[in-house]
Amino acid sequence: MSDTYYDPKDLNKFGDIKDFQPELAQKFFAWYGDVFQDGALTAREKSLIALAVSHAVQCPYCIDAYTQDTLKRGCEEEELMEAVHVAAAIRGGASLVHGVQMMNKANELLM
Amino acid sequence: MRATKKKPIKSLKALGHRLSQTERQIAVLENDSGVDPFTDRLRALGLSPLRPTEISIFQVNVGKMCNQVCKHCHVDAGPDRREIMTRETMQECLDALAKSNIQTVDLTGGAPEMNPDFRWFVKGIKALGRHVIVRCNLTIIVANRKYHDLPEFFKKHNIEVVSSLPSFKARSTDRQRGNGVFERSIRALKMLNDVGYGKEGSGLTLNLVYNPSGAMLPGDQDSLEAEYKRALKRDFDIEFNHLFAITNLPISRFLDYLVASENYQRYMEELANAFNPMAAENVMCRSTLSVSWDGYMYDCDFNQMLELKVKGAAPHVRDFDLEALTNREIILNQHCYGCTAGAGSSCGGEVT
Repeated sequence: MSDTYYDPKDLNKFGDIKDFQPELAQKFFAWYGDVFQDGALTAREKSLIALAVSHAVQCPYCIDAYTQDTLKRGCEEEELMEAVHVAAAIRGGASLVHGVQMMNKANELLM
Repeated sequence: MRATKKKPIKSLKALGHRLSQTERQIAVLENDSGVDPFTDRLRALGLSPLRPTEISIFQVNVGKMCNQVCKHCHVDAGPDRREIMTRETMQECLDALAKSNIQTVDLTGGAPEMNPDFRWFVKGIKALGRHVIVRCNLTIIVANRKYHDLPEFFKKHNIEVVSSLPSFKARSTDRQRGNGVFERSIRALKMLNDVGYGKEGSGLTLNLVYNPSGAMLPGDQDSLEAEYKRALKRDFDIEFNHLFAITNLPISRFLDYLVASENYQRYMEELANAFNPMAAENVMCRSTLSVSWDGYMYDCDFNQMLELKVKGAAPHVRDFDLEALTNREIILNQHCYGCTAGAGSSCGGEVT
């Protein structure tokens, strides 16, 4: 075990999860591969969504992987940052929209 | 206030840069890549020594002179380069072609159209009944009035046009190819479309080339082509036939960029990890011959820039011997990982 929880080299070892449970890993990677194919959404659009979600779940491996993937697909910095803002807006909005719940409760309690 | 003129960007050669020397580049490839020798990978596949299958493409680099100075250029081309092919050497190429049945001639540079004998050479190749590809950088068409009729010239001789456009947006294109290149490329593409290039049913082929603007492999070629077609049609009403996704090879200016940005070993690792045996079977050096401005022959344009002349056959085109060339051993080094990574890479894009 290293001194830190995250090591960039571990990203390339993702496939090793099959060592402890091959059948489920095989199903996951096959499904994962299919998810990112061109479909009703383009592979490029999916990659930008993945980048946004990576920031929402704050996964350093995913941020590394999907920064590279979006750039390989010809996305520009502005597009990458707009995707991150989408994640941030939803995260911020998710907090703020609960303000209505807070208001409901407060209004219930206050004279 | 007096306008300050921007200092022109120079080639590595004009700068006297250490990586303008091919032996320095080869030393960096051989000693510092940090990945297994490429030849070991081929040996494991039974592909060593690597020999041609059938030579079907005769690629001629008619000179290093160019109106652009792209950051990744493996030729180290630019306006300060003066090495261009003479008509005499072109004639030697025509003589070699006449002796063979090689059907495709791929003209590259620099900007091949800047060679004053470019049109003469094209007519000579067409007189032999061979297919001609020109690697046109697009901006040359709008660079000077004398080049404005290039689309008509290409059309008249039914030349296939292959042009680099690393993005359908200005920012990435200009960062790699120079300020204003995107806008001028779009103007040139419109001129090519106007004479029928890239238009369905015209029979005039216009292919574009994508290469990454940094230290990474290209994405999937089909997906990129679909994105390009949608975006160029929507934003500029431009059409084209196919997109070739090409990997940047660690040579010359791109090697300099990799080393200076400390991406070199990571990039080599990415290439080596993505080694694809199928791509190795189909590498373009097995079907291509590359001729330099001074008439020497190489396994590919990359070996040409590393000054690694063909082995096992007379190296000058005036002594062209197809049989000896077909039986030669192709020279390999660590840069070859670029052609075997992922879906593979060649002057015609993916190879698998």
